[in-house]
Amino acid sequence: MFDYEQYLRKSKMPLIWCAGCGDGIVMKAMLRAIHKLQIAKDDICMVSGIGCSSRLPGYLDFNTLHTTHGRAITFATGIKMVKPELHVIVITGDGDATAIGGNHFIHAARRNIDLTVILFNNHIYGMTGGQVSPTTPFTKHASTAPYGNIENPFDISGLAAAAGASFVARATAYNAIQLEKLIQKAIEKKGFSVVEAMTPCPTTYGRRNREGTGVDMLLYQKDNSVPVAKANKMDAEELQGKIVTGVLVDREKAECRQEYQNLLDHFSKEGEVDS
Amino acid sequence: MATSRTRILSGNEACAEGALAAGVRFFGGYPITPSSEIAEELSRKLPRHGGIFIQMEDEIASIGSVIGASIAGSKAMTATSGPGFSLMQENIGYACMAEIPCVIVNVMRGGPSTGLPTMPSQGDVMQARWGTHGDHPIIALAPFSVRETFDLTIRAFNLTEAFRIPVVLLLDEIIGHVNEKLTFPDPEEIRVVERKSGRKINGQDYLPYRVTESGVPPMVSFGEGARYHITGLAHDETGFPTNDPEKIDQLLRRLNSKLDAHRDEIVEVEYSNMDDAEIGLVAYGSTARSARYAVRSAREKGIAAGLIRPRTLWPFADREIGAYADQVKAWIVPEMNLGQIATQVECASRFSRPVHRINRVDGNPINPVDILKKIEDLV
Ligand SMILES: Cc1ncc(C[n+]2csc(CCOP(=O)(O)OP(=O)(O)O)c2C)c(N)n1
Ligand code: SF4
Repeated sequence: MFDYEQYLRKSKMPLIWCAGCGDGIVMKAMLRAIHKLQIAKDDICMVSGIGCSSRLPGYLDFNTLHTTHGRAITFATGIKMVKPELHVIVITGDGDATAIGGNHFIHAARRNIDLTVILFNNHIYGMTGGQVSPTTPFTKHASTAPYGNIENPFDISGLAAAAGASFVARATAYNAIQLEKLIQKAIEKKGFSVVEAMTPCPTTYGRRNREGTGVDMLLYQKDNSVPVAKANKMDAEELQGKIVTGVLVDREKAECRQEYQNLLDHFSKEGEVDS
Repeated sequence: MATSRTRILSGNEACAEGALAAGVRFFGGYPITPSSEIAEELSRKLPRHGGIFIQMEDEIASIGSVIGASIAGSKAMTATSGPGFSLMQENIGYACMAEIPCVIVNVMRGGPSTGLPTMPSQGDVMQARWGTHGDHPIIALAPFSVRETFDLTIRAFNLTEAFRIPVVLLLDEIIGHVNEKLTFPDPEEIRVVERKSGRKINGQDYLPYRVTESGVPPMVSFGEGARYHITGLAHDETGFPTNDPEKIDQLLRRLNSKLDAHRDEIVEVEYSNMDDAEIGLVAYGSTARSARYAVRSAREKGIAAGLIRPRTLWPFADREIGAYADQVKAWIVPEMNLGQIATQVECASRFSRPVHRINRVDGNPINPVDILKKIEDLV
């Protein structure tokens, strides 16, 4: 049995999450990944925005920072630039990262700064009671889309890939083993890495859209996931409503903090300071 | 002995130099007139000083990166102007709540909105105090010359590190762009406050928001072994969110009382000709240059005029001004806004004498002659 307790701040429990929420599954997968990588707790800095998912860092025994709605990546950027030796992991929701924080998300990807973003995509604003989010599927219901969503959703992984992230992967809470492996890869990768973790919110999304309990929603994920390799052979119509999982992008490119280090090294060799 | 250097510099350049002298190691910003020279200067110099410069995607990101950098242990700053300052407000409140040291330079231009990008103003004085929501402490400084911009930038870093309150340095377009002689002090003459950083702390022992006698909890940066939690939610001494009314009350009162407890260390005022003044002027920033000239001319004409020049705008120099409430017969407050500090002078002087306003919001500085005329009208 994996010993989760070594990473938990047990005195901060119980968790705020509802029964059936997928966020805890993602958290546990992440802890197993961190453990596999044998990263010391002191060397991890976990930064989140605002939302149900963003409450996660408070329960973990790392350097933890709960910032403002949408801005976690900006705080994380400051930390990484100053202390590149820290593993900086960003915990964020679909609303946090792609609505209010969308600009920071794409620019961090463009910059390709060495952050690991675990993005909890539950298609809804959980914390504020189920309002429509940038990833709520077309026609689905939300408290602010009472007649069904008339807008098109973001493909978050596609967005990250197009914006320049060096690593992008997607996995479901149902397939927690895959999730763990992908998070491990994302942390290992030097560069901007995104893991889109598909996680059920039975309370504010499932109920309103008649998708059943948390377990029902996990089973839906099971039945509708398609590995990338297989998806590549399917056409758009066949992919309708499917969740494509696995590594979507893994590429080498210049990483912004390393480039800055080269500049610092250059000047420190020159030994010249002023004017 | 080090030879002191003298150079001709703009206020914006002096601000960058002051920041370096104070030990700034992180600048995150977004270009905006009339502040961009500060970013440009630091983009060139910070890498040579082992520091970080990063141009962010907007001002919300800029202040976010600054707060992150400060949490990671660097002295950190940003520089902007009105529209950008507006965008920063939510995260400035975060820095107040979580007590993260940072310096925010606002080179004021005409507002509201895009307003007058290239013209001076002092329209953000109240925004500097109350721009973010909720009761919060804030410090604002307003230099009136290039040399003083250098000095007050250093002071801004010292105050924010000492009290863990964000410091807003309010320049105006005139101070930012005027060129003047600056004789740099010897580095040994510069007093620099350092965070008590670099020590390894046992995670169990560190109470990040411990109530101390000074009201300022000692700060340990991330990555030094303390492994604690920082949030913008109301929190207890451990740094974790709380709903306990008693603890929330204790936090909010402690945060705000830091200003009262250390007021005299923070508030700086310069007096000229106030001892026997019957006409009291209160002026700050570039407007104080006109006011000083007007007072000098009035004195030459035998008029007992004097000037109080707050170098610290927030907290306000109410006691210092109040001390003259009965002595002066009238106050004059010239400002490049519609009377933001004049109202404070009325309160500080307990409405005992009329406070005459000289206001300009058309992008032009206040002419000393107009101030002199007002003084003459009053006698
Ligand atoms: C500036 C600002 N606007 C709005 C809010 C209110 N708010 C809190 S959480 C949230 C949405 C969170 O949704 P998401 O990021 O998807 O996370 P989830 O709760 O679903 O995990 C909103 C709108 C806020 N805290 N700050
Ligand atoms: S509201 Fe939804 S996302 Fe939030 S804790 Fe409950 S199930 Fe999870």
